Amino acid sequence: MEIVALLLAALLTVALVLFVARPFLRPSAQESDRLEQPSATELERTRLLEERDRALAALKELEFDHRTGKVSDADYRELVGPLRRRAAETLRALEHKEGAERERHEADVRA
Amino acid sequence: MPELGRAALVAALGLILYAALVGGYAALRGRRRLLDSAINALLAACAATGVASLVLLAALAGRDFSFEYVAEGTSRELPTGYTLAAFWSGQAGSLLLWLLVLTAAGSAAVALNRRLVREVLPWTVPIVAAVATFFALLLVFVASPFATQAAPADGAGMNPSLQNPYMMIHPPMLYLGYVGLTIPFAFAMAALASRQTDERWIVATRRWTLAAWTFLGFGILLGAKWAYEEVGWGGWYAWDPVENAALMPWLVATAFLHSVFVQEKKNMLRVWNVVLVAGAFGLALFGTFLTRSGVINSIHSFTQSSIGPWFLGFIAVVAGASIALILVRLPLLRARTRLESLVSREAAFLYNNLFLVAFALTILWGVVYPLVSEALRGVAVTVGAPYYEFFAVVFGLPLVLLMGIGPLVAWRRASLRSLGLSLLWPAGVALAVGLVLLALGAGSSPVGLVGYTFAAFVLAAIVLEFVRGTRARHGLGGVGWVGALTGLIARNRRRYGGYVVHAAIVLLLVGAVGIGGFSTTREAKLAPGETMQVGDYRLVYEGSDQRRGANALELRARLAVFRDGESLGALSAGKNRYLAEGETSNEVGIRTDWLRAEDLFVIADQFNADGTVFLEVLVNPLVNLIWLAGLVFVGGSLIAMWPDAREQRRLAQRFADGGALARA
Repeated sequence: MEIVALLLAALLTVALVLFVARPFLRPSAQESDRLEQPSATELERTRLLEERDRALAALKELEFDHRTGKVSDADYRELVGPLRRRAAETLRALEHKEGAERERHEADVRA
Repeated sequence: MPELGRAALVAALGLILYAALVGGYAALRGRRRLLDSAINALLAACAATGVASLVLLAALAGRDFSFEYVAEGTSRELPTGYTLAAFWSGQAGSLLLWLLVLTAAGSAAVALNRRLVREVLPWTVPIVAAVATFFALLLVFVASPFATQAAPADGAGMNPSLQNPYMMIHPPMLYLGYVGLTIPFAFAMAALASRQTDERWIVATRRWTLAAWTFLGFGILLGAKWAYEEVGWGGWYAWDPVENAALMPWLVATAFLHSVFVQEKKNMLRVWNVVLVAGAFGLALFGTFLTRSGVINSIHSFTQSSIGPWFLGFIAVVAGASIALILVRLPLLRARTRLESLVSREAAFLYNNLFLVAFALTILWGVVYPLVSEALRGVAVTVGAPYYEFFAVVFGLPLVLLMGIGPLVAWRRASLRSLGLSLLWPAGVALAVGLVLLALGAGSSPVGLVGYTFAAFVLAAIVLEFVRGTRARHGLGGVGWVGALTGLIARNRRRYGGYVVHAAIVLLLVGAVGIGGFSTTREAKLAPGETMQVGDYRLVYEGSDQRRGANALELRARLAVFRDGESLGALSAGKNRYLAEGETSNEVGIRTDWLRAEDLFVIADQFNADGTVFLEVLVNPLVNLIWLAGLVFVGGSLIAMWPDAREQRRLAQRFADGGALARA
């Protein structure tokens, strides 16, 4: 029984070690071993996308609260303007960023 | 095969250490293949722990008493279900379960979030592995379930209190909750370490947190049901330190589940949220320490052991590292928006958070104070139920009120006039219910009366929310009333699932107030043929008998039960004398009236040689709403947790756009 247990333990260990070593044993599909780090541009873009979704969700929520009667007409009129402005500003910022990136990319291609 | 079990545990420890160290190096240096290898090591550790668990289960099923763990916690006569449940009823087995669930949950969380949080993941792996390392070290060096001995003829048996069906499922539920809280903690700390403090770690862990919180909450209720039936004092929650140990992280996780909405909607409370996640995890560790170290006397604690200092050391390391990381990354967490009004949904969430955390800290002080007093002054003190009950009322009633007000307040700001209009109906219903109850005599418990009035307010507010939402969706056209209701829930699962959970809390409150404020107790010594009256019930003691059960001698008092002259059948209560364990347990008799949600609860305290029996009988009104609350709670949580394909697609698109477009 003890021998069987030890054999099983040895087999288990070998299998586990092989599994852990697998990333080094197969040819990597990735060109580089480096983990990709987000650039400042990516981080800024993620922030703007989050901001865009937040602004649009806030507008949707306000519309729904108004329809259900939770927000009065007066409150709605007061709140909807700033929210729309914020959503529009975020969308503009995103478009601006996209445009700048496209220009930079085209400049890189030309160079 | 104890050797296989030991080898599997040593392998698991090695693999987890590898995942922690190599994963940490990979995260620091940005090495992809090393990270992949560390992720594989975490998965392999799960497999190795699974093998160790199978070995222990096989030993339990085969009643192999050469395993000390099996001999100490089971016997030949112990029914098979309890024998298998001995896996987690002892020290080493429960630690093994912790490790198994942690490595499985950690591997799954990493695998499922590889794309969504690719920059956070490199740090998540070593953090999960570091926590797992602690448990693996304990299992290998301090409390191994694979210690062997010359097999005795029979085992010592299981503590009779543990021989209850609820005890077979209550501990694993709590462990799933405790361990589950590791996942949001690991992702939050990884987000800080990697400086990726955007919303992604919250999105990645949302369901993990909800699941852990649900397991913990359901586990607490299962423990209460066990205590109600098995400990036999007629109550359901005794503010026992071990019960409180599970309640504290649940309260803090509840606060997090609410405040995370504020971060998602308003990008506020970012520091507060990581503090809550770290706090909930720290308290989960503290709960395990209390249950497993034997430092406190508790009806739920069955272990005296030497692992206490290890746990305290680990908790100190976790707390120190978390605080340091949060402080270092404080500039990244600064809120970009401010609270616009003190009358708004986000403000309601903030108040709710303050009450929840204050309540958790009050309980923590009640649990810790006796330990501190004994350690510093050598004076043993007890913090009893009145302390906790006082603060449960002080913090609990405003929390209940907020459960009703919060959903009716708009985000950003609400004018007092529109808030007043929203509150009109629920407040009217609450007032009417309060007056009716007062007329019916509920004023005998003022706190109970206020509790019921607030409960009516919350229920009315929830119903109003469903009605208004359904009407608004129906008003858009193209869908019937049922379609409008299901569409409403499907499109806002977290919100409406949350309302169902609120309804469960109201049921719990109604049940708790019923048993706490309006129960009736009578005691009597009866000879065969004598009767006693308790509330509407009349009990006739018909005599006692004794029979041999599966592993115990069962002594029972036979009672005939009548209400308003009508026979309700027989009921028996008594004691079990466990043969292998040499211990006696109280076996209460419970007759449930489902229509009234009421229990007739009989404790046979003492059987006398002259044939008389000393009975304590309680009528517990509405107590069954507490258990019903557990089911509603799970239902609400499932609605909130259910994946929403549209939302998943939207989030995936957002985060894909963030990277892909920037690289375009």
